[in-house]
Amino acid sequence: MRLVQGNEAVALAAVHAGCNFYSGYPITPATEIMEMMARQMPKTGGVFIQMEDEIGSIAAAIGAAWGGAKAMTATSGPGFSLMQENIGYACMTQTPVVIVDSQRGGPSTGLPTLPAQGEVMQARYGTHGDHEVIVLTASSVVEAYRMTVEAFNLAETYRLPVILLLDAVLSHMRENVEFPDVPVRQRQKPIFDENFLPFGPDAPFVPFGSGHHTVVTGMSHDETGLPKALAGQAVQRILQGVAERMRQDAREITFYREVSLDDADIVLLTFGITARAAREAVGLLRADGLKAGLLDIQTLWPFPDWLVQEKTANARGILVPELNLGQYVMPVRATIAGRCPVEALGRMDGELFTPEALVDAAKKLAASVEIGGVAHD
Amino acid sequence: MTKPGVDLTPYLRQEMMPTVWCPGCGHGIIARSIATALMELGLDMDLVAIVGGIGCSGRAPFYFDANSMHTTHGRALAYATGLKMVNPGLTVIVPMGDGDAAAIGGNHLIHAARRNIDITAIIFNNSIYGMTGGQGAPTSPVDSRSTTSPLGSIEPAFDMVELALAAGATYVARTTTFDFQEMPKLITGAIRHHGFSLVEVLSQCPTYYGRLNKLGEAPDMLLYERDRTKLLEAFGPAPEITREEMVGQMPIGLFRDAERPEYIDQYHGLVARAGGGK
Ligand SMILES: Cc1ncc(C[n+]2csc(CCOP(=O)(O)OP(=O)(O)O)c2C)c(N)n1
Ligand code: SF4
Ligand SMILES: [Mg+2]
Repeated sequence: MRLVQGNEAVALAAVHAGCNFYSGYPITPATEIMEMMARQMPKTGGVFIQMEDEIGSIAAAIGAAWGGAKAMTATSGPGFSLMQENIGYACMTQTPVVIVDSQRGGPSTGLPTLPAQGEVMQARYGTHGDHEVIVLTASSVVEAYRMTVEAFNLAETYRLPVILLLDAVLSHMRENVEFPDVPVRQRQKPIFDENFLPFGPDAPFVPFGSGHHTVVTGMSHDETGLPKALAGQAVQRILQGVAERMRQDAREITFYREVSLDDADIVLLTFGITARAAREAVGLLRADGLKAGLLDIQTLWPFPDWLVQEKTANARGILVPELNLGQYVMPVRATIAGRCPVEALGRMDGELFTPEALVDAAKKLAASVEIGGVAHD
Repeated sequence: MTKPGVDLTPYLRQEMMPTVWCPGCGHGIIARSIATALMELGLDMDLVAIVGGIGCSGRAPFYFDANSMHTTHGRALAYATGLKMVNPGLTVIVPMGDGDAAAIGGNHLIHAARRNIDITAIIFNNSIYGMTGGQGAPTSPVDSRSTTSPLGSIEPAFDMVELALAAGATYVARTTTFDFQEMPKLITGAIRHHGFSLVEVLSQCPTYYGRLNKLGEAPDMLLYERDRTKLLEAFGPAPEITREEMVGQMPIGLFRDAERPEYIDQYHGLVARAGGGK
């Protein structure tokens, strides 16, 4: 057991996951990840570089991935915005890379030291053109550790950029933790022959220098990597293949936690730091006689519609509190499709929800759907 | 130039031929010079990476039978930096457009030069944005015409050599597509050089720059390149030359070939000190 900061946990987890390249540009509240990596990488024989900006940081990380590294970069809102074009390049070129975004108040410079969850949609759709990404989040230091390792594992499995969304509170929070031994997906030495298709279905990631003269391009291309005729159809086929694989594996790649969902009338559906207050709120609501439960989703994207369906099958109301003006509530509403009310509760003033605020909102929702036995105050 | 009959095809990716470049475009002459340099150096193409940006010049990586990367506009040097650092055994060559290098990617250029990372940047400088149809570039001379400076450019042009020298590049050269015999020598030297090398090649875009500035066909533009440049003492140290002397007399040749600690060597020293050596 020792006292560890959220950002420190991310850096330690990255090293555990085999990260051997870190590029970044300082920004609150993510800077400590970079400072830790500046010490860790030289010690472990990895590479650390402070780039000239976040565009360079993500570009260098993708270049390093093609050089054979497990690469990571970390930033916050302003830097995450700068990275978007090149995140799309990683999607298009099926490059495994991990991007950490510790969310702070926005838009623009916003509230540099205060928490937010404003990049839920940007993480999913921020780059131009449609694409697949995996987005994870966490609500405790130990979870930040676990999700960082999983981010590297998923990036390897699906050859995709994986984004880990933290927030200013989690990044800077210290908790007493015992790090779990999260298994690491090791990269195998790729085997290929002259018919090898570097972008074929399930093709292993073959870095530069392995002997195959791969062409890597952000232009639409087919399984050979070349931007040939009908590349539009080819890239649709390739990216839909990735999406289909993730859909088939949905149960393995969707991380979540639940509290008292079995008989819950009111479900609090949360993610990231908000789950902490929600857990307490569920206890308070139960003590007041309201059957509340918590679904804390850690794999935000691809959206686990099946999970939301299953876990809220008997719910009579769903409350989605988030530190923005209502982002994740959108796919939840689309999935529930009117089966029960889905209530958004948003704030973007740099403050966290208190358990009491969530209790109030849950009780109001319960009253609106005429769930009895609630003490109204 | 390579003697007639010298076969460069082993260095080129046949399945991508013909190139997208217009007839008479200078970019093909530069690509040929790069292939010639690769041949002269006898490099194993398994260990050569060509990392380009976006533009007509940015297509160059497609035409080499190497580890080829066609990145995003202006960012090629940042990609190349990550690639080279984790895989220093690769020879990394970065063909860039002048828009790529001097406008959107200017920041990466000066920082790669400052770090003195062992990468060879080759700027295909046609003084214009070719790919997007002839817009002005930070390298377009004052008074030159482009679709976005139809009345003539009022901005002074960047001198890429001065920029690279000031930023700390340790091998800096300029040549033109007219000087096709010197070009492979300068590129060979740049690749061989241990540190950040920059070779600026004044290239012709007959389709846009030539047409908009009434410079004639490609052969006329080659003569124009000849006439607006002046050879430095061939491949010697850079002489003192004032800005005024340069007008209409743009110096070409090798401006710097110097030693300074290379970035990845420095980083490996740091790793050794930290005890992280494998
Ligand atoms: C971020 C971004 N902005 C703009 C473009 C559009 N664009 C493509 S190539 C290019 C300029 C090309 O000029 P240059 O770099 O000089 O290369 P050339 O085509 O002349 O060889 C531009 C502006 C782009 N692809 N990406
Ligand atoms: S547009 Fe200009 S730079 Fe582009 S290929 Fe044609 S001649 Fe070359
Ligand atoms: Mg140009």
